[in-house]
Parts: sequence; structure tokens; C-alpha cells
Amino acid sequence: MIEGILIGLETAFSFKNLMMVMIGCFAGTIIGMLPGLGPMTAIALMIPITYGFEPSTGLILMAGVYYGAVFGGSTSSILINAPGIPGTVATSFDGYPMAQQGKAGKALAIAAYSSFAGGTIAAIFLLIAAPSLSKVSLAFRSPDYFGLMILGLTAVSAFSAKGHFLKAMMMVVLGLMLASVGQDTLSDIPRFTFQNMNLSDGISFVLVVMATFAMSEALTIIFKANDPTRIAKQISLSQLGSIKLDKDETKKMITTIPRSSVLGFIIGVLPGAGSTIASFLAYGMERNFVKDDEKQKFGKGSVNGLAAPETANNAACSGSFVPLLTLGIPGSGTTAVMLGALLGFGIQPGPRLYQTNPEIFWSVIMSMYIGMVILLILNLPLIPYIARVLATPRTFLIPLILFFSVTGIYLMSFNNFDIYMMIGIAVVATILRLYDFPMPPLILAFVLGGLMEENLRRSLLISDGSWNFLWDRPLTVIIMMIILAIVSWQIFKSFGRKN
Amino acid sequence: MNISPSKIISLLFFIFSGFYLYTAHQIQVFAFDEDAAFNAKTFPIYLGYAGLLFSALYMILPETKPSNVDLKILDYKKTITLVILMILYGLTILRVGYFLSTSIFLVLSYIVLGERKWIWIFILSFPFVALFMYLLHGLLNIYLRDPFLQLIGIMG
Repeated sequence: MIEGILIGLETAFSFKNLMMVMIGCFAGTIIGMLPGLGPMTAIALMIPITYGFEPSTGLILMAGVYYGAVFGGSTSSILINAPGIPGTVATSFDGYPMAQQGKAGKALAIAAYSSFAGGTIAAIFLLIAAPSLSKVSLAFRSPDYFGLMILGLTAVSAFSAKGHFLKAMMMVVLGLMLASVGQDTLSDIPRFTFQNMNLSDGISFVLVVMATFAMSEALTIIFKANDPTRIAKQISLSQLGSIKLDKDETKKMITTIPRSSVLGFIIGVLPGAGSTIASFLAYGMERNFVKDDEKQKFGKGSVNGLAAPETANNAACSGSFVPLLTLGIPGSGTTAVMLGALLGFGIQPGPRLYQTNPEIFWSVIMSMYIGMVILLILNLPLIPYIARVLATPRTFLIPLILFFSVTGIYLMSFNNFDIYMMIGIAVVATILRLYDFPMPPLILAFVLGGLMEENLRRSLLISDGSWNFLWDRPLTVIIMMIILAIVSWQIFKSFGRKN
Repeated sequence: MNISPSKIISLLFFIFSGFYLYTAHQIQVFAFDEDAAFNAKTFPIYLGYAGLLFSALYMILPETKPSNVDLKILDYKKTITLVILMILYGLTILRVGYFLSTSIFLVLSYIVLGERKWIWIFILSFPFVALFMYLLHGLLNIYLRDPFLQLIGIMG
């Protein structure tokens, strides 16, 4: 393990990779700050660029973008009460009231220190947990993997769709259907290609991510006639106030951070839960832990109320890497995008990644920590300047997002067909988004489609075509029971609400 | 009778799943694979049935949380114009070249969205694309075919 950490440190601390973390954090902060554009869009826009790099460098850049986007999302939550991502909604509960009281600088500092502390503690957990879990996950067989993938898809649908479970499940099926286009991996038989050569290699993952996130988000902003930057123009971004914290505020943070970090990390590890649930749970938990007089301040600018969700959402980001790095199964939409990028590099994450590509495994973990440090020492003092991006008019912002999306796919394929297909998917995704059909389950399903089919194939062949493999092993039975519990809970919730 | 748009989308997805299932059955597998426990069409067939099941459930069950969208506030004109511009961009990018088609796409998109600051429209189109191309072509070594720049002798 020590040897691995040293390899990771050597890779992460190379000049090129340090630059990538810095660029990633900076670009991620800017994109994440723009309301409506979250980490998935930020990472999606970076993928075409990363394909020119080594896998570890590309992944380090994407990890930096991820953290930067989460930090950027907090900034827009605090300054203009417009969370860039769902994971920072809870941040606005106390962050925005603080900003209204003229303490925006302080709120941003609390957010940055909490994010740093939460991310650091979670990175240490990841450092300890990931190798051990990798060893445990070697015991997993094809039926278990197949079950885990269904669990991931069901959990993401249940948690991310906010009461639209069936809509999310339709998106899962659509994602799997899109993934089935192209030649069958084992027999090379063309499927759903309609004799079109452009479809024989399947639909590009980058194309689907760009279309369903970057492009459709841009089109949705125009379609709904939203101007996410309107509020930003009305506030003075240069008068944010001091970023220095007093003793009392620091003391409050010290008690909040450890418990929120542990909660955030655990929630992050669970498939589908992610930073949104972690931040809301941490906010609720903190409200129960504090004294009555502090409880009254919640929602009006409480330090604990701001530190708890900020710590938890960053800890959850680190936690979400655990299933990706140890099992090769992403637990969230963002890590699904990363898995897609890794597969594009020809790397299959999973229990053996720890042994076969130690430099990737460890350098990603190390770069997370470096990213935290960079966000704290570089981005925090620069926030008054970076925040000016919030005032970028949408008349410039939207065409630039569309331009980056089209360029991204053009650079990968150099043909018109992919551009048209991307526009088509983006238009459909825009309509689906309008009626609350969630996109993260679609992306997760698209990325997992090939792996799911492969594991189902192996399981069915081993059990001679029988579905007994679902209850042959205790581990598979446990996974299937959790899936059943999630589905039953969703059905119960739906009927409960109706009655 | 009012049918919610989400139910109409589910109906369309039901029809799409039916078509997908039909096409999945048409996949030609090798003769020796026809009766195998798993072949190239097994997984797509399951997916087709899953699509039919979820969309049918959505259509049959009452909507617990309907999505309300005020269709009157949607900006159809700008959205459709932008989509058409993107299609034209896709059409010209290979024939005209990256530089000219991208710059024109950006200028027209800014104007369609209501921007009238001409100096910024210019800066964020032609010089911006030139800089971006230099970054890709000159620094990252990513080849960009450009007949227009080749014609005027800027690109080899």
C-alpha cells in the first residue's frame, strides 16, 4: 500500500498533473457556478480534451473539474440563492441569508473550509477503505455484479428522480437500449444499425453525455426563457465582506465537520444516494445536534447549518469513488461519466485496477486531496473575481456551450452523422427534461449497458439458461432483497402520497 | 378529457419499446447460437419487455406527482432557430471548414438570442475561434480539416 501511495504521489505531483488539477479546479468552479450547469456538464465538456492525455492525467483533470464544480455550485448558492447543482441546495438555506446580512465573504470561507475538511477526511477514508474493499470485491461473481448493477440503477432512479420513479426507470431502459446499438461484443452481429455504417461501432458515450447534459441544458435555458445570470447582475460582487472567521465560528465548525464528514462519506458510498441526500441529511442531523439557541438560527444564517451540508457534499463526492474504483460500478451520474471516460481510455475499473494500474488508482486519490488544497488556497481568495462569471450574459453563454458540445463530438469523429445524432438526442432530452424525466439514470444505464449484458450472459451460461443464479449465492440474495426493498418502498410511497 | 403530456410521452415510449422489441426479434444470430441460453438478441428482448412494462405501468397508474409546464411561456422561436443553426453548422463544418462555419454559427447564435454588442459579438467569434483553433491545432496537435483556410493559404 505504501508503495502504491508513493507511485500515486509521484504521478499526482508531476508538473503536468499539478497543472491539470489547477486547470480542472478552476474550470470546474466557473462551470459549476453557472446555475443549471453541474459537475456532469463540466466533466462532459472536458472529455474530448482528456483523450489527448495519458489516462491518469485525464482522470486527474476530471477529478479536479468535479471538485471545482461542487465548490462553484456552493458559490452561486451563497451569492445568488441559485444552486448550480442539487448537492448545494442545502448550502443556500443558511449561506444566502448570511450573504444578505453582508457576510458573503464569511459564508464563502465557511463553505471552502468545510469542503476542504470534509474532502480531506473523506480522502483519508477512501485511502483506507478502497484497497480493503478491492480485496473483498474479488469475491464477487458475475451474478453479484449483475445484481449490483441493477441495484445501482434502481437506487439512482429512486433517489434522483424525486417522486418520478417510473419515469426514471423508463430512462434506465432507454439508456440500456441506446447502449445496445452496434455490434454485439461477443459475436460481432450488428444490432439496431439499420445497415448504417456510422452505427456499427455503437453510439459514442461522449455524444450521449454532451447531448443529454451540456446541449440539452443550454436548450432548456432558452426554451424556458430562463436567465440564470439575471440575479447576479443585481448584486455587487465586489463587496463580499471579510473572509476571516472569529473564534466562535471556528469552534462551531470544529464540532460539525467530523460528524458530517462521516455521514457524507457513508452516504456517498451507497449507490445512487450521492451528495444531494448527504447534504440534506447532514443539515437535518446538525439541526438535531445543536443547542436550542443555535437551532433557532437555522435558516437565518447559522454557521453549523452552512458547514454541515458543505462538509457532507464534499465527503460524499469522495465516497462515490469507492464503488467506482473498487467494483467498477459507478454509484452516481457523475462517476458514471468518469467510468465512461475510463472505458474510453481502455481501462476497466474494478477490484484489479488496484493491482493492474496502481498509478491511476492512487494518483486519483492523491489528486483529490491536491484539488482540495488548490480550491482553498487559490479559489477562495479569487472568488470575488471568479464570481463575475455569474454575470456573463446568457446570450453569449448558451452559444458557447453549444459550440463546445459540437466541437467536442466533431473532434472525436470528424463526421456530420454524429453531430446530427447529438442534436436529435439533445432535442428529445430537452422535451423529456421539461416533463421531469431525469437524465442521470439514462447516463448510468448507458455506461453500464455493456457490462450488464456481459455479466448476465456469463450468469445465464453458467446456470444453463436458468434464472436460479439470482438466489444461488447469499450475496446475490442480499443484493436482490435490497433491490426489492427499494422498489417496494417506492410503490408504498407513491400510494401513500395518493391516499 | 385531458391527457397529461407525461402520459403521452409514456405512450410514445411504449410504441418505441414495441418497435425495439420487434427489431430485437429480427436480429440474425448464428444458427448454432439460435437455441443457446444467451445470444445477441437475448438482452435486447428483455429490454424491449422492460420498456413495455414501465411505460404501460406509467400509463395505467394514476400520476402521483404531475409535471405542470406552462406551454405559453416557452420560447419556441429562439429554441427552434438555434436547433436549425446547429443543423446548418453540422452541415457546413466539413465542407466550409471549422473556422468559418464555427465563427458564423457563433455570430448568428448571439444575434438570435438578442445580443447587440457588436464588438463583443466579433471578439467572441472570429478571434475566439482562431485562438481556440491555435490551441487545438498548434498546441494539442489535434488535426482540424479546414478547406477555407487551405484555400486562402493560412493552413497547409
